[in-house]
Amino acid sequence: MLPYIFFAFALLTVGSALLILLTKNVLYAAFSLLLTFLGVAGLYVLAGADYLAITQVMIYVGGILVLMIFGVMLTNKDREGGPDTTATTQHHNQFMGTLAAIGLFTVLLIAILKVNFSALSGASGSLLNQSSVAITGIQLMTGFVLPFEVAAILLMVALISAAYIAGKSKN
Amino acid sequence: MIPLEHFLFVSAALFCIGVAIIIIKRNAIVVLMGIELILNAANINLVAFSQHDPHRIQGQMFALFVIVVAAAEAAVALAIVLKVYQHFRTANVDEISSMKY
Repeated sequence: MLPYIFFAFALLTVGSALLILLTKNVLYAAFSLLLTFLGVAGLYVLAGADYLAITQVMIYVGGILVLMIFGVMLTNKDREGGPDTTATTQHHNQFMGTLAAIGLFTVLLIAILKVNFSALSGASGSLLNQSSVAITGIQLMTGFVLPFEVAAILLMVALISAAYIAGKSKN
Repeated sequence: MIPLEHFLFVSAALFCIGVAIIIIKRNAIVVLMGIELILNAANINLVAFSQHDPHRIQGQMFALFVIVVAAAEAAVALAIVLKVYQHFRTANVDEISSMKY
């Protein structure tokens, strides 16, 4: 049962990513990105990272995606296009892009197939039987307290800088 | 349990599609979408390997901080795109070609 669910979420993720690549409509791309994020959240749950899955949905879908749709709507006004006002994007360097992507994928594929992962130990599947919220909280306060505090400072810096950069122009 | 290689295949596919999006697309915001895809692929890798670390889940903790940094970076990048649009009146990366203000 579990492999079928994994295959469904993997298909959703990679299929939506291909949709982003193939479509020329920017809003279709944004909503395909939404599906990709949801598929990745499903994969996190299947890997025993349930807290991370919910965090992914909240931050990526609820924050970053909304910000991107904001960006699309605000950068779409001054195009000369006549009666058709859908936000579209063009493609350039298509051959080089696909060549680079296929080449990179081949290299990664060969690397994954050559490695003997059975030498790794400790995967007893116990992560799927418990919630990861408690241990995430403990780790954030003990082993990862420094990145936690630095991330708080980073978010404050990003907030101030984004508000300043996108502010009203001086003319 | 799902074998580790399956997670890595999905992550590699997502990464390569993200790279293709960054190279092919001309709208700056779609390029940012490609960057987010790449970050998600790295996160899937981290979470897949942290299945082997059930006592400290270091991979998941690092993935959490990757999500935080991605959010901060997306906010600042979109602010820059908006500012560039205010000046150039276009979000097309091929037309934002002059450095002189």
